[in-house]
Amino acid sequence: MFDVIIVGAGVVGSLLARKLSSYQLDVLVIDKETDVGNVTSMANSAIVHSGYDPVPGTLKAKLNVAGNKMFPKLCDDLDVSLDLIGSLTVALYDEQLPLLNDLAKRSAQNGVEVKLLSKEEVLAMEPNINKDVKGALLAPSAGIVNPFTLTVHAMENAVDNGVKLALREEVLSIKKEGDKFVVKTNKNSYESKLVINAAGVYSDKIHKMIEPIDYEVKARKGEYFVLDHYKKGLVNHVIFPLPSEKGKGILVAPTTSGNYIVGPSSEWDDDKEDLSTDKPTLDNVRAQATDMVPSIPFNQVIRTFAGLRPTPSTHDFVIGFAKSDDHFINVSGIESPGLVSSPAIAEYVVNEFVSKVLKLEPKASYNPKVRRRVHLKDLLISERNKIIKENPDYGYIVCNCEKVTLGEIRDELSRSVPPYTVKALKKRTRAGFGKCQGGFCQPLVIKELAKHFNVSMDQILLDKEDSNICRYKTKEVK
Amino acid sequence: MLNRDLVIIGGGSAGMAAAVKAHELGVKDILILEKNNYLGGILNQCIHNGFGLHEFKEELTGPEFMTRFSDQVNALGIEYRLNSNVINVSNDKVVTYSNKEEGVVEVKAKAIILTAGCYERNAGAIQIAGDRPSGIYTAGQAQLYLNCYGYLVGKKVFILGSGDIGLIMARRMTLEGAKVLGVAELMPYSAGLNRNIVQCLQDFNIPLYLSHTVKEVKGKKHLEKVVIAKVDDHMKFIPGTEMEFDVDTLLLSVGLIPNVDLFNELPLSFSKTRGAKVNQAMETEIPGIFSAGNVLHVHDLVDYVVSEAKEAAIGAKLYLDGKLTHKGHKYDVIPGNGVGYVVPQVVYIDDASDSISFKFRVAHPFKDVNIYIKDGETVLKKIFKPAIIPSEMEIVNIPKANFTRETNTISVYVEEKK
Repeated sequence: MFDVIIVGAGVVGSLLARKLSSYQLDVLVIDKETDVGNVTSMANSAIVHSGYDPVPGTLKAKLNVAGNKMFPKLCDDLDVSLDLIGSLTVALYDEQLPLLNDLAKRSAQNGVEVKLLSKEEVLAMEPNINKDVKGALLAPSAGIVNPFTLTVHAMENAVDNGVKLALREEVLSIKKEGDKFVVKTNKNSYESKLVINAAGVYSDKIHKMIEPIDYEVKARKGEYFVLDHYKKGLVNHVIFPLPSEKGKGILVAPTTSGNYIVGPSSEWDDDKEDLSTDKPTLDNVRAQATDMVPSIPFNQVIRTFAGLRPTPSTHDFVIGFAKSDDHFINVSGIESPGLVSSPAIAEYVVNEFVSKVLKLEPKASYNPKVRRRVHLKDLLISERNKIIKENPDYGYIVCNCEKVTLGEIRDELSRSVPPYTVKALKKRTRAGFGKCQGGFCQPLVIKELAKHFNVSMDQILLDKEDSNICRYKTKEVK
Repeated sequence: MLNRDLVIIGGGSAGMAAAVKAHELGVKDILILEKNNYLGGILNQCIHNGFGLHEFKEELTGPEFMTRFSDQVNALGIEYRLNSNVINVSNDKVVTYSNKEEGVVEVKAKAIILTAGCYERNAGAIQIAGDRPSGIYTAGQAQLYLNCYGYLVGKKVFILGSGDIGLIMARRMTLEGAKVLGVAELMPYSAGLNRNIVQCLQDFNIPLYLSHTVKEVKGKKHLEKVVIAKVDDHMKFIPGTEMEFDVDTLLLSVGLIPNVDLFNELPLSFSKTRGAKVNQAMETEIPGIFSAGNVLHVHDLVDYVVSEAKEAAIGAKLYLDGKLTHKGHKYDVIPGNGVGYVVPQVVYIDDASDSISFKFRVAHPFKDVNIYIKDGETVLKKIFKPAIIPSEMEIVNIPKANFTRETNTISVYVEEKK
């Protein structure tokens, strides 16, 4: 029997698992996907928000601001790219200037340091912004993070510290039997003292397995463009429009890998598996982004994608004990600013709820750091050669666009949360993330995955079940 | 740091042809850098025939064609490194590459020829609308899986784009037992060679839908359906023209793009082809750095890639001998009416050897037209064409002596009959 079962291996589930792994507890994380961080944690804006925007007094406001402060140490421990470049919320029209002042007041209430900038100051910092800009609110503590490696490394650290992970298992039912839960999946049946629901867009569905609920979590889809990393200095901060009831609006931001991200749209979606994009929505994203930054090189788009926000009808994160059972903890409806809040959510859930029902004994062997990775691309020639001499795999480049070496790929495969799919490897190493989108390296990646897991190439998935690429063997090839 | 007279980046057909030609001209200190574990580049996976009619006056398969060149490279003892990926080219011609055995190595080159080929436009670049299932590949990717790894990516196939690789794959997958339900082409004419339309589609009764494109792909996990629709003259979908195909595979053959990554950090300008601007010697704006083959502009035939690579080799030899002066009379070459692009973009006529070859493509199909190449108002060449299409590259050679040196503009344009 486990002490805790966490349903959902997104960024929230993974950081919760990591936090719990610092105590003497048996923890299991279950996720239906083929990789951790494969839904909302994979497809989002990758922003470490400062926290000026959420309504003061809400959990969103509190956990965003607390989470933001935790990111530097978290990303250092977990070896994740973080760049606190600051954000600019821009007013393009005179009538928006009072709204900037309102935001500045809200920032003060939330305890977030901000600064109002004049037109000239904005243009000096961001020469590519619309010349008609009237002013902006600078939030220096905002930043950008790699959300893929944040989730993967958090879970890796949790597993290194003793957590068990069950991927490709969908939770079908949760029943209380005496003082234990029985969690049935499509493959197994598990027992635990405590269940934590961190199931993202399905967190209402998981909650409903134990009691009737009076809120719902709806999917709100956001569509994005990703641009290649060739144009330096297009924007130097995260550029937001003024927020509206639909959210923080369509942003233009660099990513930690030097690409640019433009989006998201915001549309309710009844289908929680819908990751489709459509032209009218993206045309609208493009038009709104171009209003702020007229020179976005849309001819350098390498990909468009959609992500789903798990938006709760309560307008705030739903965190706490189930009404009928204090051994079932919901961490539900974690929409934006969920990514930045996630480390604070983990602390809050453990300190305010788990600690009330389970005895928490610190684990002496707990190590909060992951084994560091090397990225040859970022190193000096002398440093690279030292590494290649020790392990020649780091000399062979598999992904030509992003210059990912075989050594980096094999390192990921040796980790405690290895990539099972082409996409999982892409999230970890960037192999296939570039302009050719895996056109050249994908066969090499599949070959490497097949070799590592000792299966034939036709067994390797792109991402979801039944997404095999090499589907039919035609003949024996040496 | 190593030193070489000539470093060639990319050991495909262009790289090998340039190396062999340079060697023949007396440049012996050559290094070819190739990222794959074989020479020959993309030809390795092109197992169909049709290569070599110009170069070797016979019809060869891709692997046969590339072997002709790799045999020469080996026979001449030209040095090359396999599994060696170039990570940087500097303004002062230091080429940095990486491999397992040597680690990261810097080579100071006197001259460089970039022959890095091209890559395929993919679903991300064309922003295909709809779900994000597996089962969508570029045609070249499917070709690689089939011809080099022995795997068919699917059995019910639709193809978007009538580029040559897509057409070749329509036939190839049909021969392996797949059903190809159709090919959609956005333009009102094919992007591929006529011979491929006939031999790869018509001979197998595969329909070609002109002025059609994919409106949506459907499938939560693997691809289930492709919806195509007709477009009007402004490329807008015409309502009511949708057609649905139940397929497990969508291949994209929607264009090739020069792979100029290594030039991105250099102070170079680029032409409409997305390759670097070059002069008559295939030399970029940085003296001593040359570019040829599909990294310069996408060719229709590998034979022309080879001839262009030889021009670059001749240019490199002239440069190494101090004979590319960039002095004397200079022309800018301008694509005019009906012409998509012209290579080269600049001509230093005094630096040129005996003739200059202009390579261009028309912007759209024409019938019964004259093509003019003019030096100011002086006609250097007038060619009548009963039919001319964008998928076929035109090459026109003009003797150096014919240039007037009185103007600074060469224009290439199509004159339609009134």
